[in-house]
Amino acid sequence: MDVMNEKVLEKLKAKLSDAVLEANEFRGELTIIVPKERIVEVCRFLKEDEELAFDLLADLCGIDMYTPENRFGVIYNLYSLKTKHRIRLKTFTEEEHPRVPTVTGVWGTANWHERETYDMFGIIFEGHPDLRRMYMPDEFEYHPLRKDFPLMGIPGSLDLPKK
Amino acid sequence: MEQKPETIIRKTKILEALENEHVSVTFDDPLENDMVLNMGPQHPATHGVLRLLIKLDGETVLASVPELGYLHRGYEKLAENCSFHEFIPHTDRLDYLSPLSNNTAYVLAVEKLLGIEAPPRAQYIRTLISELARISSHLMFLGSLAMDVGALTVWMWSFREREKLYDIFEKIAGARFTTSYTRIGGLAQDVTPETLGIIRLFISELPEKIRECEKLLNTNHIFLGRVDGVGSISKEQAIDLGLTGPCLRACGVELDLRRANPYLVYNDLDFNIPVYEGGDCLARYYVRMAEIKESIKIVLQVLEKIPAGEVKAHQPKKVLPGKHQVYTKMEELIHDFMLVNFGVEPPQGEVYHAVEAPKGELGFYIYSNGEGQPWRLKIRSPSFVNLQSISVMIKGAMISDIVAVVGSLDPVMGEADK
Repeated sequence: MDVMNEKVLEKLKAKLSDAVLEANEFRGELTIIVPKERIVEVCRFLKEDEELAFDLLADLCGIDMYTPENRFGVIYNLYSLKTKHRIRLKTFTEEEHPRVPTVTGVWGTANWHERETYDMFGIIFEGHPDLRRMYMPDEFEYHPLRKDFPLMGIPGSLDLPKK
Repeated sequence: MEQKPETIIRKTKILEALENEHVSVTFDDPLENDMVLNMGPQHPATHGVLRLLIKLDGETVLASVPELGYLHRGYEKLAENCSFHEFIPHTDRLDYLSPLSNNTAYVLAVEKLLGIEAPPRAQYIRTLISELARISSHLMFLGSLAMDVGALTVWMWSFREREKLYDIFEKIAGARFTTSYTRIGGLAQDVTPETLGIIRLFISELPEKIRECEKLLNTNHIFLGRVDGVGSISKEQAIDLGLTGPCLRACGVELDLRRANPYLVYNDLDFNIPVYEGGDCLARYYVRMAEIKESIKIVLQVLEKIPAGEVKAHQPKKVLPGKHQVYTKMEELIHDFMLVNFGVEPPQGEVYHAVEAPKGELGFYIYSNGEGQPWRLKIRSPSFVNLQSISVMIKGAMISDIVAVVGSLDPVMGEADK
């Protein structure tokens, strides 16, 4: 394992040992799976720790694993301006009422990313200040990036403007 | 007697969001109260189809809510339904002002997933085209910012130079805008020595042309009055809002992925990272102008150092063979058939690879379950993230400052809406 990755994992485990469900490395990138209840705590620690200082949330996105359990995931790609290192956090939520706590309190940039994820996957971010759809119209009732949404769309799901 | 239909103001969610910004809005008497103005999506200064809902007190912006999605084409959904090779043309349409840079960013992410690397000559050419794309994008920025604040000449002059660049792109890739030039493991075709000569000629003439534009702007009181101190954002806010690229470097943060996490051949090249303090429109203008000059330096070095050799990696199961080989050799024909019909079969895993695109950090996150199509492909587009800070930048500014701020952020809606 990469030296820096090891260090991140070690520090995280020392502080919040029960928050690391699984960790793996692929192509030199560390992925840590965190239970959704602890995600804000983990993010805050990674950001505020002086040595790690993951102060930039590069990206936040959702994923639909299409499995009966833990169907939806949220992926956080973090970047540290100090160490120029990247890591990835992942958390999963169930199909029925997918809910994940918001990290807008940690990084302001999460606001739009979470809105986009809500729009595309229907994952509700608890505590989000303004959870509206990002791209699709407000009246649209589906979440297009879910695997059960057909590529061609659903006929009649979007009203055309009336004359 | 015929009754007039009642006018109903439908409270859309975007209007509700605007009202959350702690200032009361009533629609009874526009002169007595704050006014809500809808800017875009059809507005020449919003660079595409950005919509801004603005609450005004006189000419001062009290609050604003940007609305995206007018150019949403669902590229992430499309990506899940086409093979890794098939997605390359779609990357042209993200940031359509620097398609070559998007092509490069995407194939670098896929190559990282596959664990292959393009040969040195291809790496150098990719660096070359990324920098040419940066120059082209920044020239567009220069022209549009100047035009937005009222200087039309610069627009004409920067577009004249951009036109020459597009001729070069046509020579390199065969198309001016939708280049689709890179391939997984290499490039579509090699660059001819003649094209390199044209690039050298263009690059040697460019500094003088840039100086001409700068002469018109840098000491121009009207231009400076429109951009100096306008739309400023603090360093802490910029990091919190995830700004990247020239917009972040204009806030005094030295982050350039070409230097911080080197990819391609940037490690072997000598260039500076321009950083300015202030975080206003003027600083963003200075950063981009300085970056054009650094890109010129990089292009000259690449032209000097470019090695001879292949432009495609020798990985028959992952890299598309050349047309000639497909027509004449059995093995290559089989590989071509398999690659086109079933796609490259990557290992299971996930990667995130980001490059320094002209607008900022352009990242591709790919989750692969071992099939020929990505299970999930997320495009981290710089314009999308940078646009989020626009509400902070224009709060308390005048209405005419909005065009300067949008111009200096340089968003491309093709990329922001995906």
